[in-house]
Amino acid sequence: MGVASVMRGDRGGQAMLAVLLVVAVVVPILNLMVPESSPWHVSTYTVTLLGKYLTYALLAVAVDLVWGYLGILSLGHAAFFGLGGYAMGMYLMRQIGDRGVYGHPVLPDFMVFLNWSELPWFWQGFDLFWFAALMAILVPGTLAFIFGYLAFRSRVTGVYLSIMTQALTYALMLAFFRNEMGFGGNNGLTDFKDILGFDLKSDATRIGLFLASAGALALGYLACRWIVTSRLGRVAVAIRDAEARTRFIGYRVDRVKLAIFTFSAMLAGVAGALYVPQVGIINPGEFSPLNSIELVIWVAIGGRATLYGAVIGAILVNYGKTYFTGAFPEAWLFALGALFVIVTLFLPKGIAGLVGMIRTWRRSRSPAESAAEAAP
Amino acid sequence: MKPVEQLRESMRKDRQWSFMYSMLDLDLDVSQGVILYLEGVSVSFDGFKAINNLNFYVNAGELRCVIGPNGAGKTTMMDIITGKTRPDTGSAYFGRTIDLLRLSEPEIAALGVGRKFQKPTVFESHSVFENLELAMAGDKRVFPTLFARLGGEQRDRIHEVLGIIGLQEQTHREAGALSHGQKQWLEIGMLLMQDPHLLLVDEPVAGMTHQEMDRTAELLLSLEGKHSVVVVEHDMDFVRSIAKRVTVLHQGSVLAEGSMDEVQNDPRVVEVYLGE
Repeated sequence: MGVASVMRGDRGGQAMLAVLLVVAVVVPILNLMVPESSPWHVSTYTVTLLGKYLTYALLAVAVDLVWGYLGILSLGHAAFFGLGGYAMGMYLMRQIGDRGVYGHPVLPDFMVFLNWSELPWFWQGFDLFWFAALMAILVPGTLAFIFGYLAFRSRVTGVYLSIMTQALTYALMLAFFRNEMGFGGNNGLTDFKDILGFDLKSDATRIGLFLASAGALALGYLACRWIVTSRLGRVAVAIRDAEARTRFIGYRVDRVKLAIFTFSAMLAGVAGALYVPQVGIINPGEFSPLNSIELVIWVAIGGRATLYGAVIGAILVNYGKTYFTGAFPEAWLFALGALFVIVTLFLPKGIAGLVGMIRTWRRSRSPAESAAEAAP
Repeated sequence: MKPVEQLRESMRKDRQWSFMYSMLDLDLDVSQGVILYLEGVSVSFDGFKAINNLNFYVNAGELRCVIGPNGAGKTTMMDIITGKTRPDTGSAYFGRTIDLLRLSEPEIAALGVGRKFQKPTVFESHSVFENLELAMAGDKRVFPTLFARLGGEQRDRIHEVLGIIGLQEQTHREAGALSHGQKQWLEIGMLLMQDPHLLLVDEPVAGMTHQEMDRTAELLLSLEGKHSVVVVEHDMDFVRSIAKRVTVLHQGSVLAEGSMDEVQNDPRVVEVYLGE
């Protein structure tokens, strides 16, 4: 199945991927080739910021897949993002080697500080990139599988499920705050030096990470499109709209939910793994329930069940956040709340639904206008 | 039964394990001419006996109407047949061999028991065509569904059912935009797509106009012989127009059974209906 057949009929998605492609080509050129004195120069700070937004966008797409199409309002998706991030963070910690403050050849600084003598078993293997990359997908996937297996089999739905996902991410936050967990406690993992041998502070590495994020977003988007355009995607929407009916025509609703939920968690893990090297830190704050709720707001603002709406929402809201927290730090949460209320009240389909709304509005206007013109 | 006895029981050579038996033998056996056996079934909810020692049989290819006042247990009976509710006592067999009480809802659906709900439930944001496609009999596990492509034969089958339910002109319309009656027909069409042996139809004409009712009667009558159909309905005129055999439920058990005339002249039935 080709890209063309998956993207057929998805005008918004086509436009989004086209813009993404242009950005992925133009931004590196403007950063690396245009001299810093030129007004066209894009600073490395901006590149990293854009890269961060792209990982958020991928996370939002993962949430839209389960919320928009399957009807599961997960208020704990940041947990999967965080776990993916921690897996990548562990690799980056191991890469520091003896360049840490304490200069220990194997142990990360915080373990030396805690007087640990050897690496805990769950840190083994994270010196290998492929292993860490695999774990960034498998750990969130496994957690989602176990959680989903128990929840969906017991037919927990609606607000109860949402509360459980909140509890999940909250429990993880508390656990990761503990020093004894062996993930750096309060401070998390930071002070990274390089990735795959490339210096994390160099412009070229930053561009590489930015491009990797853009590529992951494009591939993740296509994978989700492939799922929602398949018959399984139609079954997902059927479950969202009439779960009992779907069961009575012979689908194992719990299995379908489990499969899509697990896939979505894996995507979130990939997003987290790309996020961490760009922001340079991962700490238990990523698991905070507020993050997961904010993330749902991005999707609501962008427009549910469109996938590209999630991308728009994530980038727009985070751009707003960067701007507001710089210009009026106290106002940001109010602005976010207001935005959410306005969108829920006036744009039930989000920004992605705006085009359709304008079209119907103009269509309903035009006959009246022509009648008014004909009257005199 | 103690665990040791249970173990000994399961080791007896003259018996097959009944749970294995039901898993191995999922072929419908209607050699006795009966497709559904409910025997001695009782269910209570918080002390209220919704079904009380119910015995109910449906013949293969028969169109059966079930009537009864509110709370007689009509919907609970359907819940038991489709695996939604487990009875406290009694047995439910599909054909001679398949024990329905051991199977889950999707398994029962896959065996060929289709159910239409009281309130029409179709997938509102899918087109009529897609509704039928999703209901189609086939491998409904996750990965086969992900890779499923629609074959020419399957397409023909969907168009055939569209013809039966009279919705050819609505093929690509969103199901949510259909009229109430059309939704009911679509739901019956979705049941037909599953190639069911037994159709359970709960109040198909509630809220329909007279014309729509006539068409529904025609539709259900056309299924007789090919499928066994159980219709639960309140509307007596409608029941009269389709029924050959009628079962009257009252307080969770069968009060009377027979032709419409026999049933209507039964003094107990008159009492139940007029006594309210």
